[in-house]
Amino acid sequence: MSRTMTGAKMVVQALKDQGVEVVFGYPGGAVLPIYDEIFQQNDIRHVLVRHEQAAVHMAEGYARSTGKPGVVLVTSGPGATNAVTGMVDALMDSIPIVVFTGQVPTFMIGTDGFQEADTVGITRPCTKHNWLAKDTDRLAGIIHEAFHVATSGRPGPVLIDIPKDVQFATGTYTEPRQARVDHYKPRLKGDIEAITRLVELMESAERPIFYTGGGVINSGPGASQLLRELVDATGFPITSTLMGLGAYPASGKSWLGMLGMHGLYEANLAMHGCDLMIAIGARFDDRITGRVSDFSPDSTKAQIDIDASSINKIVHVDLPILGDVGHVLEDLLMIWKSRGRKTNRAALAGWWKQIDAWKEVKCLSYAPSETVIKPQYALERLEALTKGRDRYVTTEVGQHQMWAAQFLGFEAPNRWMTSGGLGTMGYGFPASIGVQIAHPESLVINIAGEASFLMNMQEIGTAMQFRAPVKQFILNNERLGMVRQWQDLLHGGRYSQSWSESLPDFVKLAEAFGAKGIQCSDPAQLDDAIMEMIEYDGPVIFDCLVEKHENCFPMIPSGKPHNEMLLAADAEAFKSGAALV
Amino acid sequence: MAALNIKKGSSSHSAYDLRDFHSQAERSHTLALIVDNEAGVLARVIGLFSGRGYNIDSLTVAETDHKGHRSRITIVTRGTEAVIEQIKAQLGRIVPVHEVHDLTVESAAVERELALFKVVGGGDKRVEALRLADIFRANVVDSTLESFVFEITGTSEKIDAFAELMRPLGLADVARTGVAALSRGA
Ligand SMILES: Cc1cc2nc3c(=O)[nH]c(=O)nc-3n(C[C@H](O)[C@H](O)[C@H](O)COP(=O)(O)OP(=O)(O)OC[C@H]3O[C@@H](n4cnc5c(N)ncnc54)[C@H](O)[C@@H]3O)c2cc1C
Ligand SMILES: Cc1ncc(C[n+]2csc(CCOP(=O)(O)OP(=O)(O)O)c2C)c(N)n1
Repeated sequence: MSRTMTGAKMVVQALKDQGVEVVFGYPGGAVLPIYDEIFQQNDIRHVLVRHEQAAVHMAEGYARSTGKPGVVLVTSGPGATNAVTGMVDALMDSIPIVVFTGQVPTFMIGTDGFQEADTVGITRPCTKHNWLAKDTDRLAGIIHEAFHVATSGRPGPVLIDIPKDVQFATGTYTEPRQARVDHYKPRLKGDIEAITRLVELMESAERPIFYTGGGVINSGPGASQLLRELVDATGFPITSTLMGLGAYPASGKSWLGMLGMHGLYEANLAMHGCDLMIAIGARFDDRITGRVSDFSPDSTKAQIDIDASSINKIVHVDLPILGDVGHVLEDLLMIWKSRGRKTNRAALAGWWKQIDAWKEVKCLSYAPSETVIKPQYALERLEALTKGRDRYVTTEVGQHQMWAAQFLGFEAPNRWMTSGGLGTMGYGFPASIGVQIAHPESLVINIAGEASFLMNMQEIGTAMQFRAPVKQFILNNERLGMVRQWQDLLHGGRYSQSWSESLPDFVKLAEAFGAKGIQCSDPAQLDDAIMEMIEYDGPVIFDCLVEKHENCFPMIPSGKPHNEMLLAADAEAFKSGAALV
Repeated sequence: MAALNIKKGSSSHSAYDLRDFHSQAERSHTLALIVDNEAGVLARVIGLFSGRGYNIDSLTVAETDHKGHRSRITIVTRGTEAVIEQIKAQLGRIVPVHEVHDLTVESAAVERELALFKVVGGGDKRVEALRLADIFRANVVDSTLESFVFEITGTSEKIDAFAELMRPLGLADVARTGVAALSRGA
């Protein structure tokens, strides 16, 4: 039985068949037929954003916190171009997103028509794949294929550009099971010989470490479960990138904390000194490796990744295993157990002794204050007061993001949403709304800097309209703090354009939208203020006035090796001898 | 630690491949891609090379399987072993790219290019051009009293050599197709 319907109706039907519950979007001339269909049904909820960039970040937050693809609908021309930043963000962080854009009618394409942009051309390098649907009969098939591509293998954003005449025209609907998906089937199982080789390496390693990343989260909750079993059974230390936090619990006994540029001392030195590095769904980003030629010089490196291009891209890997984290870990555990669960216990004990000595450095310590709120203190208190709750955290980009990664502990995957690869200021607020839409009863907090918050603050309207009680916890240092820090350490303290001047009164700003505003500048009142934020049933903008000149440590200045990490105490000496890198 | 003694130099495809991954020597590789014949696929491939800073020395593309909607793209590129591996992996990620073959590594390959040369002039030079064309087995596909158009097929090196010889004889224009390549044997 084949069904005929208009292209616009097909879009809505295909979304239903794909199990989509919510679409983040913004209307315009070129998508009006689709909006007309949305109007006439109740299965799919539409969240009206205030800017298309925010629609994509909301979809990212929704996707990362649920494991399901996020869906975006925007108009042609400016609607599409506004969405570009979000798509690149999702591409860099491997987030599955399906974006629908309207386009001028097929007969007008190429004529510089009103609100025409070459959307597939512009977004070709910004998406995993994109389609211009020129034929209504093919539209539904393309949509199903798009969901398949976005969510299979290494996830990512896809885009379908639909000319307006294709939306009006009638065609035959393609059911999901008839859609063409066989041509794109990334391999999930790893090579058993290679996995066995890794088990052999693990059995004798003296200074092993697991270096895990966003790929564990991408692989699903089952992968995190297997990772926990493997780590706890072997007793090997584990560190994670910014993107992988929560895959292994922060309270776990083998947890070293985040590694990298602002990672923990013990994590970075363990990476530097290990003899066996097991990278799992992590891509050797430059925030991790520092100077590549000095990166973990004496280790044998194994890497589990679903994307062949992530292997041997930056760092030479001795033992590559191409496959899905969950599938590979399952086989790895099975083989390791069947061979007698061996590890080099004596050597491991020595390795842990060394790591414990590094931990003694207490690299996150900071000078406390009774008069001003230190940003680290604010996060320590937020952590203490929200820890046991059903909590999701998003962040903006800057120092506050790094402090959040250092001072908040994540016990489960999909609870931490941050813009890592692109580092998009303005990500966190809309992402928090997307998370809240997916988890209406949970506590959703966006850790923000005041400058980042301003980049998408118009979304307070969206939060109000859709009753998303998101908490915006702004660490307000009246500075583009991360920029200021680099200028302080590397540009002779010349603070070029890194001040947040003419800031709004955030309490009044919240109130202008009907949200709640709270301001706090006194460490003694911070706990009460945080509790007030948590307990308020609605969106809150929390203006936390913090120390203006705090720098985030540890820090590996870019281009330096791991063992040349700066701690707070080294900063002054470093500045006097600083070279520009 | 004896057990950790894995041979350095493995590629992303096999732990037992012993090519020297660290080699900094650049080498030319001929890649053959089988792709869906759909709008934008060539732009994706070219965009990948320009966006990531890889070289394209030559590129040819044409539909090779009309029924299956498949095209073959042949690319000659240059790079160190590590870069070539990365290029192949990146190409493999493009959704409508179905196969990536490195003809330089996988097997000996037959590589051919076709070129047209316009040579303008008279007298001795004209005679000499015709004589050299004969040696190179180039065909005359157009002639006037003052010009020839030669058609020549062969390896890129052969065509380069022919171009060098024609230059002093009045070479006015060249059109080259780029390399087409197939692996030898069954
Ligand atoms: C201001 C700032 C500072 C930063 N500082 C740090 C820092 O100190 N430390 C830090 O860690 N990061 C830091 N980052 C983030 C950094 O830029 C990178 O985004 C991050 O390190 C990349 O994380 P990842 O390696 O886990 O890779 P991701 O980007 O999460 O990539 C995931 C990898 O897993 C693979 N994969 C995906 N799905 C699967 C699957 N199912 N099975 C197998 N493999 C899969 C992918 O192919 C990819 O290779 C910072 C970012 C900003 C903005
Ligand atoms: C869209 C965008 N523009 C510029 C940058 C560069 N940048 C990185 S951090 C930063 C400052 C962020 O300031 P704020 O949000 O106040 O956070 P803080 O560092 O003070 O915690 C800037 C400008 C960026 N990451 N994203």
